[in-house]
Amino acid sequence: MHELSLCESLLGVLSSEAQARHFRRVKAVRLELGAFSCVAPDALDFCFTVVTRGTLAENARLDVVRLTGQAWCLNCGETVCIAERYAPCPQCGTYELQISGGDEMRVTELEVE
Amino acid sequence: MCTVCGCGIGPDRAASAEAGGAAEPATTTADAHRHPHTHGHGHDHAHSHAHDHEHDHHHPHGHAHGHVHPHHPAAGETLDYSQAPVGLAEVKGGAGRLIRLERDLLEANSRLAAANRQAFKRRNIFALNLVSSPGSGKTTLLVKTILDLRGQRPLAVIEGDQQTSMDAERIRATGVRALQINTGAMCHLDARMIGDAYQRLSPAEDSLLFIENVGNLVCPAGFDLGEAHKVVLLSVTEGEEKPLKYPAMFYSADLLLLTKVDLLAHVAFDVERCLTYARQVNPGIDAIAVSATRGDGLAEWYQWLERRHAWFALRTIPATLPGV
Repeated sequence: MHELSLCESLLGVLSSEAQARHFRRVKAVRLELGAFSCVAPDALDFCFTVVTRGTLAENARLDVVRLTGQAWCLNCGETVCIAERYAPCPQCGTYELQISGGDEMRVTELEVE
Repeated sequence: MCTVCGCGIGPDRAASAEAGGAAEPATTTADAHRHPHTHGHGHDHAHSHAHDHEHDHHHPHGHAHGHVHPHHPAAGETLDYSQAPVGLAEVKGGAGRLIRLERDLLEANSRLAAANRQAFKRRNIFALNLVSSPGSGKTTLLVKTILDLRGQRPLAVIEGDQQTSMDAERIRATGVRALQINTGAMCHLDARMIGDAYQRLSPAEDSLLFIENVGNLVCPAGFDLGEAHKVVLLSVTEGEEKPLKYPAMFYSADLLLLTKVDLLAHVAFDVERCLTYARQVNPGIDAIAVSATRGDGLAEWYQWLERRHAWFALRTIPATLPGV
């Protein structure tokens, strides 16, 4: 979804980091995307290329790390990994789950010069 | 077709060869999940704090390269975001180095949403973000709701569509103020658009503010506008499996309005199955079956509004969103 908006936000992050940490060019960006973040990496890559054209991040490489979905199972009383939002608890089979991870969309590493 | 949200960008685009994360084995992925916390304290934590602070101060800077400069027409109540230049000035040079950090991609939106939420709270304005696929009956239900509730309490509407002010005109025909936002290429409303719209609309204290999002069951789920609740509409002509097909939206909503139930006699739609799917995704979701034309469920919907607004009035809103 909305990959262009996300890339514009990403560019905002890069540009404010460039000011704060005094770099002029971004060569690579590492992004963590949760399993439920509704981001298509292909579309993100395409939009990143478009949005960064003529900017400090032109031709930068986009590395995407996918994070698994996690939920707190009220029945089991522990954190479990789930592949989809609507998946049951892999241990007890109920749907009494509170999602605790998988929505992430964050920048974790930059290669800059 | 939406060129912004990527829905229209097909699988023909080659995946980034460097974007190896998706292909990494599960163990690596799970490790990656903990990664920020393991190195976060020594290095990143200090940086991200220093930085978040700075970002606040550089707010105008964000606007300088901010992509959306709404075109304000002289008379009509429409904000137009279709002209959206993008880009920063080019800069060069320097030696390579690696920086670790932890910044949310949606942090700018989250910050603006938190500001909206504060502004709404200060004047007891109960804002609802109505989301659904196109044609589920958002505007029809809104018009009916306004006709039934006007006079009882102040009402205001923000309409989001890619183009045209047709929906806002339907609302204005009821005598209630409505501001149209044209998102242009954008497939969703964002917190800044709502902040702008709120200032122009300036609803009365204690208002019920309906925000009709762009008809889209994907993108609006990810963008907090500062609303008290998301309300998702699903019409019985759409199919009961929508909650499973678009789980993010049903997960983010607090109320499901099943619309057009007067058509149930004519369509193969299993209400119970639909509700089971919705609760599978979001065990806490409320659900009301309504028909704006026949009147089913409307009393219950108005009661929900009444109760939730009363609760909203009592509740305190944190100054900033956790983690922002």
